[in-house]
Amino acid sequence: MSVKRPMPLVDSDNKTFWEGVKNQKLIIQHCDDCGKHIFYPRYLCPHCFSEKVSWIEASGKGRIYSYTVVHRNAPPFKEETPYVVAIVLLEEGVRIVSRIKGEREKVKIDAPVFVVFERIDEELTLPYFELT
Amino acid sequence: MKTERIAAIVGVAEADLGVLPGSNVLQLQAQAAKRALDDAGFTKDDVEALFTAGNWAQFPNLMLGEYLGITPKYTDSTNIGGSSFESHVAHALTGIKAGLFDVALITYGSTNRSNPYPFLKELTLRYEEPFGLPTPIGHYAMAAMRHMHQYGTTSEQLAEIAVATRKWAMLNEKAFMRKPLTIDEVLNSPMISEPLHLLDCCLINDGGGAVVVASARAAARAKTRPIWVLGHGETHTHNSVAQMPDLTVTGARESGKRAMEMAGVTHDEIDVVEVYDSFTITVLLTLESLGFCKPGEGGDFVSGQRTAPGGDFPLNTNGGGLSYCHPGMYGIFLIIEAVRQLREECGERQVRDAKIALVNGTGGTLSSTSTLVLGRD
Repeated sequence: MSVKRPMPLVDSDNKTFWEGVKNQKLIIQHCDDCGKHIFYPRYLCPHCFSEKVSWIEASGKGRIYSYTVVHRNAPPFKEETPYVVAIVLLEEGVRIVSRIKGEREKVKIDAPVFVVFERIDEELTLPYFELT
Repeated sequence: MKTERIAAIVGVAEADLGVLPGSNVLQLQAQAAKRALDDAGFTKDDVEALFTAGNWAQFPNLMLGEYLGITPKYTDSTNIGGSSFESHVAHALTGIKAGLFDVALITYGSTNRSNPYPFLKELTLRYEEPFGLPTPIGHYAMAAMRHMHQYGTTSEQLAEIAVATRKWAMLNEKAFMRKPLTIDEVLNSPMISEPLHLLDCCLINDGGGAVVVASARAAARAKTRPIWVLGHGETHTHNSVAQMPDLTVTGARESGKRAMEMAGVTHDEIDVVEVYDSFTITVLLTLESLGFCKPGEGGDFVSGQRTAPGGDFPLNTNGGGLSYCHPGMYGIFLIIEAVRQLREECGERQVRDAKIALVNGTGGTLSSTSTLVLGRD
């Protein structure tokens, strides 16, 4: 029996983000009061509690803040092992969990990466990153 | 009417009410929190204690604190049903009376009409789960990788911790794993999530524990020698490790400092240390965060079996979560062992003349820490 990949949970906090991903755009929040960027999407700014948060398209550029190579995991990820999951620090100063595509040997902390959009199936597209 | 004034309710507000399709429990609590703080004329930076209750996350306070950007020094998710929030006010009163904090935020949120069956693995976890980050090990692995990158810490140094802990377990007849262990065996055990091997991970077994706390008055009629709670500190800094402010520093930096200040003890006065060892890296980060060594020096600190029986830093003397037992929420066993050490009941593994113990629990994925300083007369 195949186990389904966990699907994003779309709500009014994050609808814009997930719609962006579907359209191959990485869209994050920006606080119009304190000027900081925000990810994951929230109702208010976790830095200053302002409700004036807007959406911007991120540059897609970032660096690997940390990563792990996953050798053991339960289905549906079991068949993909080993694979690299990383925390990517985007140029805008926010962190996002994602996969790193490309040669495992070249994956290093601080390595520059760029967003790519990975079509998992007809229902799901995810923002992955590639070494640049 | 009594004239003593200890705590007052200074802000109240509702979130949006009604039928709110597409809303979630975090945003409703954020909305209410913002409005209640506005009502009081306070900001989020005034909040020192965080209270919530609900069945919408495994650790509601961790997720809500992360969402709100609040790092509390007192936290309580007592859930006794619909009456929880009256108890939260009462628990806030207790904390204020004890001088632990000045301002508490109590929130509630529910989407019972539009989304009546929230699942524990939803909400903010859905920004990570589709990518296949294994929980909890993947989080700890990324902290270990970052520590290695910043400070040159090695897998051998992490293995030192597993080996020393096993030596303590060999002196504890209740321990699950009592066969001798070598550093090579740890390094050659299967890789689970780089850089963590199987033997960098705690056990999974069944078990339970209990602790009785008494007032000084009641302690006088107990048949044991009292082990006093001298100090306490707690905090949480994030829910998911991706949001952890610094992957190499845990909340123990704050909770440990507060516990030691409350107890009025210095590092040199502590005789025995029991810290949560979910993974070897947890121990290393905790020792640094508690200030037993400087940031980045944890690898050297644990080298040469310094924390093993006979070493000069007795640590996790029951054999820890790594070798003694780990049923999932190990923190209670840290307290049990510290009390036994201070009562001098530990036989072969007794730390000689132990008068003061430090206990540090870590919860979530390096998310929460709670530190106790215990002592005997």
